[in-house]
Amino acid sequence: MAKVREVSVKDVEQAVYKMALDAAYHIPEDVLAAEKEAYAKEKSEVAKKVFDTIFSNIEVSSKEEFPLCQDTGLGILFVEVGQDVHFVDGYIVDAINSGVERAYKDGYLRKSSCHPLTRANYGNNLPAIIHTFVVPGDKVKIVFDAKGGGSESMSKVQMLKPADGRDGIVKTVVDWVIEAGPNPCPPTIIGVGIGADFERSAVMAKHATLRKVGEPSTDPDLADMEKEILTKINNSGVGPAGLGGLTTCLAVHIEMEPCHIATLPLAINTACHVNRHKETEL
Amino acid sequence: MAEYKMTTPLSDEDIIKLKAGDSVFLSGVIYTARDAAHMRIVASLEKGEDLPFDPKGQVIYYVGPSPARPGKPIGSAGPTTSYRMNSFAPILIAKGQKGMIGKGKMSQEVKDACVKYKACYFASIGGAAAVVGQAVKKAEIIAYPELGPEAVRRLEVEDMPLFVCYDSHGNDLYEMAKKEWANRL
Repeated sequence: MAKVREVSVKDVEQAVYKMALDAAYHIPEDVLAAEKEAYAKEKSEVAKKVFDTIFSNIEVSSKEEFPLCQDTGLGILFVEVGQDVHFVDGYIVDAINSGVERAYKDGYLRKSSCHPLTRANYGNNLPAIIHTFVVPGDKVKIVFDAKGGGSESMSKVQMLKPADGRDGIVKTVVDWVIEAGPNPCPPTIIGVGIGADFERSAVMAKHATLRKVGEPSTDPDLADMEKEILTKINNSGVGPAGLGGLTTCLAVHIEMEPCHIATLPLAINTACHVNRHKETEL
Repeated sequence: MAEYKMTTPLSDEDIIKLKAGDSVFLSGVIYTARDAAHMRIVASLEKGEDLPFDPKGQVIYYVGPSPARPGKPIGSAGPTTSYRMNSFAPILIAKGQKGMIGKGKMSQEVKDACVKYKACYFASIGGAAAVVGQAVKKAEIIAYPELGPEAVRRLEVEDMPLFVCYDSHGNDLYEMAKKEWANRL
């Protein structure tokens, strides 16, 4: 029998705290690299100016610890728990929420969670949204994603018909992203979930936004689709901040799982040009 | 594409000069309001109550800033997505509001109101909030403090960089830009 490894939820709390602060001020390196690459290829002068502002924002934010965006998001966590892990010193969900609450208070980050109907702000940015997966091994991998409301609102799940097929998927994604246009702070990273079921497709789509920017799917058919969708989106002319140019989207990332014979679930999750996320392994 | 320096309050003459695509460096007093504040302002209008500020000649910034660090006037303060204010903007424009600052598309009704009452929709760059917020020199909550980031603030800004997005002549910068850059890969 595998030996059980104890992990203190106090370490989880501290890790979440650090990731939340780090995500708010410091852009992921792969996102910045993709933006530099796009800048070099951009032909629109206005688009280049928008990129200049984006780069100077990244610098000021990092140096002065001012949030990259005033919308510091809800805390979304992808937690992969090795099946040989035993959490001690408390309940892991409480620990994650405590890490988020402390970071948003200490870091002068905006508290954006509210009652859906009265819109009263809870003032603590809680609760965090936690997706948990049990995996082999005795490690805990935590990804913290600070997801803003502007890009999240430009996301959707649509139950396509099986006959819509590959072309239907491509068209639905391309049309949706072009229609969203300037709203979600382009250049965006588009996560797509194909298959599984209604809710699982949405989780895949969000997870796909967290892949290293521009790294193609390991499935050659999906990698082809990613390329085709990206080209079609970038031919729209929307451009950075919607002010025109060749860079509406930095990357399209697709995840796919088997689905029911009667369904073709499709989820699109949009991430903005700061795409704040950090990762820790305990 | 002209470049202007303007100071609030704005007049019809100021607005008529502006064309979609122009750059404006805005100074003076502006007011913040987003979803929750707009719901309250418009409800007050319907009941004939006093508003937190007189919209006449004013510019409303769609923003919910992050908290200010000690010694700073404001935290990060970039624009929020404007379409959520589609139903409110025409009402306030009819009451004399001259501009709104945000990002993303607004409705045909908003464009029509800009033409009819001489107003402008200014676009700012979303997600560049640490830099955009540097134009704010002073900030003070003047209404609905319980709304936290959504409270109405009176801001004093200096040379806030903006693009004219919808002008009072019916032009739309987003549409113009998209058309110009489509199918260029």
